[in-house]
Amino acid sequence: MSTPAPTAAPTAAPTAAPTAAPHAGAAPLGARVTRQAAYETGTALRNGEQLLVTLILPLLALVGIHVTGLLDTPGRSGLDVAVPGVLALAVVSSAFTATAISTGFERRYDVLAALATTPLGTLGLVAGKAVSVIAVLAIQTVVIGGVGLALGWRPDPAGLVPALLALALGAAAFTALGLLLAGTARPEATLAVANLVWVLIGAVGGTVFPPHWAWLELTPSGALGAALRAALVEGAWAPGALLVLALWTAAATAAALRWFRWRP
Amino acid sequence: MPQTPASRPGAPALRLIGVHRTLGRGRARTEVLRGVDLTVRGGAVTVLLGPNGAGKSTTLGLCHGSDRPDAGTVRVFGEDPWHASADLRARIGVMWQEGGLPPSVTARRFVRHVASLYRAPLDPDALLDRLRIGAVADRPLRRLSGGQRQRAALAAAVVGAPDLLFLDEPTAGLDPETRPVVHEVIREHTARGAAVLLTTHLLDDAERLADEVAILRAGRVVRAGTLEQLTRVADGDVLDVDFGDASPAAVATWADAVSGTFPVTLDHDSPTARVAGVRSPAELEGLTGTWTAHGLFPARIERATLRLERLLQDTGLPTEPVQTGPDGAPSPTDQTPAGSRS
Repeated sequence: MSTPAPTAAPTAAPTAAPTAAPHAGAAPLGARVTRQAAYETGTALRNGEQLLVTLILPLLALVGIHVTGLLDTPGRSGLDVAVPGVLALAVVSSAFTATAISTGFERRYDVLAALATTPLGTLGLVAGKAVSVIAVLAIQTVVIGGVGLALGWRPDPAGLVPALLALALGAAAFTALGLLLAGTARPEATLAVANLVWVLIGAVGGTVFPPHWAWLELTPSGALGAALRAALVEGAWAPGALLVLALWTAAATAAALRWFRWRP
Repeated sequence: MPQTPASRPGAPALRLIGVHRTLGRGRARTEVLRGVDLTVRGGAVTVLLGPNGAGKSTTLGLCHGSDRPDAGTVRVFGEDPWHASADLRARIGVMWQEGGLPPSVTARRFVRHVASLYRAPLDPDALLDRLRIGAVADRPLRRLSGGQRQRAALAAAVVGAPDLLFLDEPTAGLDPETRPVVHEVIREHTARGAAVLLTTHLLDDAERLADEVAILRAGRVVRAGTLEQLTRVADGDVLDVDFGDASPAAVATWADAVSGTFPVTLDHDSPTARVAGVRSPAELEGLTGTWTAHGLFPARIERATLRLERLLQDTGLPTEPVQTGPDGAPSPTDQTPAGSRS
């Protein structure tokens, strides 16, 4: 996914002259969603501010924790706790903050409405965004996990499956929340809220650092952090946290379906 | 569902019957459309004219399925655009008034992406060159001028070779050199049978492009027909006369004397007059006789120009204020009469 090619339209057979037009028709559904996802991913990876929140700041947090030994406990490297937490923050970065900001401005500039009138349609648009979030999250996971491994992180192999499920549920919940914000607030407000929430979640939301208060595990960020730490530190399932994430996903999706507005 | 081939000129591509739409809430609640009837046919450009706030963009939104009517029927190739399938959407192209373009993406990347959503699109690069933005197409859209963005939006609208094109103010902000190119591209699509519904506030553009005109006023289509049908009655008998060196007072005296036969509109600051009721050579001869009697000799006589402008005035519509795009000054024909603003 690192080199999306929205420029290449393999099944498209461009005609030589703009005047000679064949009968119009839509590209197949799978191709439309894939191309939208590639376009969205390419746009995200070209955007410096998005790269800052999706990759650079989480990596700085990880390296900072490692260098300072902030989360080290007797007999255990702080990395074991830090990597799952940073991964949770990375989910919030891409699924929530980056999605909300880009979608909010697309709504302001009628890009959402414009793409909705193409063969892509509203469902294809949302599906393309979802696939793009998964693609960016895959890149984040590989990079953050890779840097963690290089620094000496040793996750519990038994936790890989529950960790992937937690990542997927977290991405779903935060994407729905991001779209809900983008589809209801003004883009400037979306920008401010999405960034502020990211800072709060990174600092005290139960992601990078284990939560100070138990109730934080009922928030999507706290639940995601708890599920990832349970999986990767102890190799365990955290059914309660996963249930919390599923409930947030359902609630945010229902709210987005109810209140999301495509036009400014 | 049987599909109407785009290649059959005259076939209805779009039909609105008794369409109502209320927008806003509370005190801002306004019935924008109050029973709009409109038919748009393939192979022709239909121009939707009307003052700001008449409901032109609202009408377009209902036509391309971005909005749905409160009452009435909208049919695009016989189908409801609100529930449009991907293949029906592939037959529709939309150019948005405020662009519909992502500011941080380059024109080429965006138009190529839109093209990739169609089965058999036009060549995006050739289209960008054709619209004379190939050289700037690799810059982010926010760095293009207003007129360049307009053309990028047009490229995105037509790249799928749609059978029905909705263009909201397609030539606003274009400089005089690129306007004909845009006209040509629009014409190329009607030539292959596509239907075009466009809004514009530039009456000379409307006259140059329109096969059919629909005038929207207070939420209804008050006049509709071919440009020829609508303007024949309205302006066949009107002359603009410039009396050169004559004094405005002398012109006024003459106008008083003939007002029973020829309705005359005067411009009190200059020796010019707009004369109506000249329907035959004999009447023209009679008119010139009144000039001789008053010692007037015209420096210039011409058929009243801007026929649509007159049509709008006859319909009781205020013509819209001239808007200049970022690319340049309005062309001389853009000028609207003083006091015509609503």
